Amino acid sequence: MTTQTTASETPTPASGMPAGLIGLPPKTGLALALGGSVLTIISTFLAWTWTAAFPGKLTIYGYPGGLQVLVLIGGALATLFCLARYGVKGLGWLVPAGADAAIKFATLATFATSWYTVLAISVDLGGLVNLEPGGYLVAVASLAALLGALALPFERPEPDPIDPDDTGWELFKHQARYKWETVKAVFASGTPRRVGKLSSFVEILIIVAVMAIGLTVFTYGIGTEYDELFIGFMITAGFGFAALNKSGLVAQASQITARHQNITICGAFVAAAMFPFTQTDDQYATIGVYILIFATVALGLNIVVGLAGLLDLGYVAFLGVGAYAAALVSGSPSSPFDVHFPFWAAVIVGALASLVFGVLIGAPTLRLRGDYLAIVTLGFGEIFRITVNNLDGTSGPDLTNGSNGISSIPNLNILGFDFGIEHTIAGFTIGRFANYFFLMLLITAVVVLVFRRSGDSRIGRAWVAIREDETAALAMGINGFRVKLIAFALGAALAGLAGTVQAHVTYTVTPEQYLFAGVIPPNSAFLLAAVVLGGMGTISGPLVGAALLFLIPNKLQFLGDYQLLAFGLALILLMRFRPEGMIPNRRRQLEFHEEAEAPTVLTKAGA
Amino acid sequence: MTTDTTTKVVPTGETVLDARGVTMRFGGLTAVRNVDFTVNAGEIVGLIGPNGAGKTTFFNCLTGLYIPTEGEVRYKGNVLPPKSFKVTAAGIARTFQNIRLFANMTVLENVLVGRHTRTKEGLWSALLRGPGFHKAEAASRERAMELLAFVGLDSKAEHLARNLPYGEQRKLEIARALASEPGLLLLDEPTAGMNPQETRATEELVFAIRDKGIAVLVIEHDMRFIFNLCDRVAVLVQGEKLVEGDSATVQGDERVVAAYLGEPFEDAPGKDEVAEVEAAEAHAEAATDAAPGKENDR
Repeated sequence: MTTQTTASETPTPASGMPAGLIGLPPKTGLALALGGSVLTIISTFLAWTWTAAFPGKLTIYGYPGGLQVLVLIGGALATLFCLARYGVKGLGWLVPAGADAAIKFATLATFATSWYTVLAISVDLGGLVNLEPGGYLVAVASLAALLGALALPFERPEPDPIDPDDTGWELFKHQARYKWETVKAVFASGTPRRVGKLSSFVEILIIVAVMAIGLTVFTYGIGTEYDELFIGFMITAGFGFAALNKSGLVAQASQITARHQNITICGAFVAAAMFPFTQTDDQYATIGVYILIFATVALGLNIVVGLAGLLDLGYVAFLGVGAYAAALVSGSPSSPFDVHFPFWAAVIVGALASLVFGVLIGAPTLRLRGDYLAIVTLGFGEIFRITVNNLDGTSGPDLTNGSNGISSIPNLNILGFDFGIEHTIAGFTIGRFANYFFLMLLITAVVVLVFRRSGDSRIGRAWVAIREDETAALAMGINGFRVKLIAFALGAALAGLAGTVQAHVTYTVTPEQYLFAGVIPPNSAFLLAAVVLGGMGTISGPLVGAALLFLIPNKLQFLGDYQLLAFGLALILLMRFRPEGMIPNRRRQLEFHEEAEAPTVLTKAGA
Repeated sequence: MTTDTTTKVVPTGETVLDARGVTMRFGGLTAVRNVDFTVNAGEIVGLIGPNGAGKTTFFNCLTGLYIPTEGEVRYKGNVLPPKSFKVTAAGIARTFQNIRLFANMTVLENVLVGRHTRTKEGLWSALLRGPGFHKAEAASRERAMELLAFVGLDSKAEHLARNLPYGEQRKLEIARALASEPGLLLLDEPTAGMNPQETRATEELVFAIRDKGIAVLVIEHDMRFIFNLCDRVAVLVQGEKLVEGDSATVQGDERVVAAYLGEPFEDAPGKDEVAEVEAAEAHAEAATDAAPGKENDR
């Protein structure tokens, strides 16, 4: 089957042009790609440098460590794709959309990671002399593999005819555009064939495997201990995912998961619940619980922004209301109320307080549309923060302890389970943050459930209708204001829910946690970015977006002051090249569509 | 042929829509002046007029987008509420001149949105998903599919609305409006941009809707369509109702012809004006001749 697909892609040699980007015969190119990838794999078992001054144990023969593991994975992926391209039996399923683009991306991943490593070693230790033979070998081998892959044939786009009247600048633009088209064509891939109906047992096994891979990759990313490893991880994961995407495996996996939505969601939660068990200490569970808080709030915002289309720039205030409400009734010594509510009551208080604020803020502002709503919500978000800052007993009544915040919030204790101490479950030590991780996961599950159920109902359709065309929605008998207010209040209540847990996780709530924009998520700007980046109107989009937006700044702290700049640049690039977000809102009916219609829908549905 | 069939259907006489002395002023401008207008059950009524005659303003008074400055509009004896969603709930549904579908929703979802006023399930029901919720959803879906079958779109229920061809988008908009179970359907230029075959199909569709017992009010520029379709036609000129009656009456009325084509001035245009017009025409022709030539250059 694979040979058929690839053969049809090969252009006729009669065209007289070199078939690949590089003037090598395709057969040589493929051999080079395969050879280079195999050599890359071998080189990861050699030492790359002589001293342990560069982190990651790159000095040991026969045992890949740190960045070598990443290169090894990239090389293995490239090798597998090359073998599938050769038509090796049993590997055809790897490349349902054709192997060429996948090989190109896989070799690119390997090349980028290994050259990054080699350069990092040279720069860190001061000179190429610090490389051992393995380092040279991997550089040469991965470069050879990439060049070989680029020699693979592709369909060149037809150049537009040149207008003789064009000025030099226009000519330059014309050529640049053609070159860009060519580069895009090099990495273009066919449409994957549809997955046939497998037995549901096999399909569920595939889902489990996908979840396991996802958990492994995520855990590895969280656990990267030094900057170089995280950057290498991002490079490998990014290009590696692109390779899998181009091979068509991602499309097939999403077809299968779409068939078993409930199982996929349960599987994702089980995989997430496994995360603390993969950790030996509480260090990374901290990151995990913060990611979950951020992601849950982003998902709540997705109801407001993604479904109802209301641009809310002050959403973090509702998280703050929930957190303050829970903190005030938590029995903290700095709370003016001398009460200690049980957790369930605190959750209700927090969610209700946010709900009330949501209605109070929504009622006047939701009469506005579009940009005006965004500005007003931005204002209310700041008003919340400043008000809380001033309720300190001097500028106003003593309620929130001003900028000091409410501190020493006691740990939760639900049914005798103390969240503040370590527990041992089945031989695994579950620390404080891991405890909260599980609690937060429960809250996330509630929010996911609310999102799914409300989205797929009369009220959810009304939200989407309002987002699509408010005038038409009104003409269809939808009470726009009321429906928008429900979305706003529901979103606020969900954020408040997350806030109640956040207050206990962070020990202290201060006004400065609830900024419009700041380096540490969650803040309103980052929340909105997570929703847009991940994909509006989807469940997994904001979760993935929030995980990335938390992890990247957290791991790239060496960027220091340039962190926000780099982050902004990355956002601009992503929005330029993938405006629909990382996980676009594939409408369900795509399942039933002819393939010809699918692409137009795919690119636009989420945007 | 078609006119024959229309005249045979005798309206039942019950007044569905009753506008009395409707006047709409925007500052100093009077867009609609003292218009009386009724639609009876089982009737198809047309509203025509030259551009700027106040048709759309009048239409907006009927759909609750505007509240008339003077006069009142009654639907089945009750004064229309001042909000457009309440008007729909009361039983007047409309379509739009420029199609306003929910482009990123499926065809079925579009019709389901139209069912909004006829279903009651709120947020709690959606979150708790009791048996009532599933029952109501299933009933809504069934009804929506019936309507899609009625307009001939049932095979495309799962397509995105944006992917439908133009004529089918118009049909879908009508199906969506029908989903609110209206007693009166307002169609704003339903055949704009359609070819003759599609216009014919729309005509049949409107007759089928009338046969369901729904009164229809049509605004349209396509005179043949209007005169084939309507039991009664009202002509609106400069905000005032000029004439009302069956197609023959309206077509034969000199004032209508004058309103559309203009009438000679007291003194007929002088030679200067004629020459000016001819010069302008010649100039325009020269311009249109030049345009394709320019394209050929490229």
